[in-house]
Amino acid sequence: MPLTSRHLLGLQGVPKEDILLILDTATTFKEVLDRPIKKVPTLQGKTVVNLFYENSTRTRISFELAEKRLSADALNFSVSTSSVKKGETFKDTIRNIEAMKVDMIVVRHSAAGVPYFLTQISNCNVINAGDGTHEHPTQALLDFYSIREKLGRLQGVRVCIVGDIAHSRVALSNIFGLKAVGAEVSVCGPATMIPGFIEDLGVKVYHRIDDAIMENDVLNVLRIQLERKAREYFPSIREYHNYFGITRERLDRLGKDILILHPGPINRGVELSSEIADGMNQIILQQVTNGVAVRMAVLYLLGTQN
Amino acid sequence: MKIALKNIIAFNPEQNLNKKTSLIIEDGIITKIGNITPEDSKNSKVYDLTDKYCSPGFFDMHVHLREPGREDKETIETGALAAANGGFTGIACMPNTTPAIDSAEVVTFIKEKAKNNLVDIFPVGAVTVERKGELLSPMAELYDAGAVAFSDDGVAVKSSRILRTALEYAKMFNLPIIDHCEDDSLAGGAMNESFNSTLLGLPPIPSVAEDIIVSRDLLLAEYLDARIHIAHISTRRSVELVRMAKSRGIKVSAEVTPHHFTLTDDAVKTYDTNTKMNPPLRTNADVTAILEALKDGTIDCIASDHAPHAIEEKEVEFEDAPNGIVGLETQIGLAFTELYHKKILSLEQMIEKLAINARKILNIPIPKIEVGAEANLTIFDPDEIWTVDISKFKSKSKNSPFNKRLLQGRSVAVLNKGKMYYKGSFIEI
Repeated sequence: MPLTSRHLLGLQGVPKEDILLILDTATTFKEVLDRPIKKVPTLQGKTVVNLFYENSTRTRISFELAEKRLSADALNFSVSTSSVKKGETFKDTIRNIEAMKVDMIVVRHSAAGVPYFLTQISNCNVINAGDGTHEHPTQALLDFYSIREKLGRLQGVRVCIVGDIAHSRVALSNIFGLKAVGAEVSVCGPATMIPGFIEDLGVKVYHRIDDAIMENDVLNVLRIQLERKAREYFPSIREYHNYFGITRERLDRLGKDILILHPGPINRGVELSSEIADGMNQIILQQVTNGVAVRMAVLYLLGTQN
Repeated sequence: MKIALKNIIAFNPEQNLNKKTSLIIEDGIITKIGNITPEDSKNSKVYDLTDKYCSPGFFDMHVHLREPGREDKETIETGALAAANGGFTGIACMPNTTPAIDSAEVVTFIKEKAKNNLVDIFPVGAVTVERKGELLSPMAELYDAGAVAFSDDGVAVKSSRILRTALEYAKMFNLPIIDHCEDDSLAGGAMNESFNSTLLGLPPIPSVAEDIIVSRDLLLAEYLDARIHIAHISTRRSVELVRMAKSRGIKVSAEVTPHHFTLTDDAVKTYDTNTKMNPPLRTNADVTAILEALKDGTIDCIASDHAPHAIEEKEVEFEDAPNGIVGLETQIGLAFTELYHKKILSLEQMIEKLAINARKILNIPIPKIEVGAEANLTIFDPDEIWTVDISKFKSKSKNSPFNKRLLQGRSVAVLNKGKMYYKGSFIEI
């Protein structure tokens, strides 16, 4: 059974069957990753370009490894500045890359909508590796994979995304995908970090982390950006940590056992205390491994469609 | 030269004129209104215009011509040609050129370049030097050179203090300050803040950024008994504020663009950079309020905010694309389709908002359809159905979200300054 789309631009509108197909396929590939020879010939002869307009070592390495495990030819194309500043238009860059007979493009960009724009100007399969504050579907898919691995299901699981929802690309993908597979989704954070109209997506909003912990099975804790711009949205890191940080004391006081995910890298002492971060090391590393398997699944399903 | 416009409906609400007749025009002057005699037909070129209307020439008070500075996007000549092709005999051009229209020299340069065009071009002067919001521009000199209003265009007049000074100073010439209402500390995003901006992950511009500056402007205009014109109004709340201000006798006028009464931010969903403008496309509730305000007279006129941009500037990431679309050649079609045929406005109101009110705001005489008057006319067919084709635009730029859109209502010809533009060419009349 193939996927319903040629591209993975986001999880908005992606049917449940597609999401489950990716997760099931990832399970197969995760087994490959445990073999002594961690390589399959599935995408031999296919060329994939990792087009990164924004720094992201983790996501890029994860994609690159997934491509290599599938025997695809992987090329890295990193651009440190946006096309406008560079003088060449984005469209010209893409035309150039496509002229090298590329099959798939994995794109990361600071501007929302770029993966969609790519599909309009190129014939490649496009995978969104994060666009602005819009979507980051493979991160969300690996989150789902990790939740399903831990809890055995997604249907009916209550997941709360904690942190700066308004400036996150992970939050929106999680919301769309989790709703599609029948999970319950909520968000928790300072009011300034919750985007307007989010409740129209059927998402509950918490402003007290204790309530979020008590009423959910999973916390997906987002990284808080520490640069000055993000700091306009809350008074101080100390206040953020005191009111929204997950600490051992808080969990002990509530007496609640809860699965905590984090897309990494963690700001210790901000969204998670060091103690919690160390306690979750295992799941965070599992998330990283799952990321490779999930990306292999996506590349495989899109790359073998035609 | 002598021409006869046969079987036309002469329509001008200012003269209570609405009758089927024929016009004789000699050397650019209307010399006869009434039946055409065989004698008339013999020595003039006759145009049969059965079921077509003529009214005072249409006027667009918000056009960006890009000259001086960005002649690659539009020149005075191509802009004037686009205006003629779109059905206008007069336009006001905004001062965000390089250099800005902040000196008499630039006003004179534009007027000089424009003088042989059919379309009258009226420069709008900058409120402040280089539109920086710091020092008042030489407004008296600008006025003497021919500026018809003042605006810092593209941005709001920066501080309440400088706006106060400008409003007081402009009173000496009875000219309005045209303000682009946007609180830049709240704005700076790429689209309207709404459910759609959350879905699309684009940085949002809240509607209240417009409303705050509209409020400031109205209060200052009231306090100083001065004239303010709200450019491209786009929000429900701003419309309510202007309506309230008018009922209090505040000297305010307002314009709206065709895209703000035709489209909502749903159009942004494909990340088409031709849906990126400032103010951004808003919601259904805003459009509904704008239609109501056009109907009850809260909004005085329709203006295109014609903003030409090069292809390569628009074919980029949405957040990096410049704001604005070309509008001169779709305005009449969109206005008739969305307002006249959907029974929002009567024909009389249409002409007021397309030809008459903008001239009143800018103190420009309204052309008359009477014997002895200069023929300054738009001939239009409110019922013609046509399809927008950007490749046929006379504008140098093609950045329009309306390509391939089916419209009803179109300009047939424009007449002014002894010339007629008809079917793509100019004819001496």
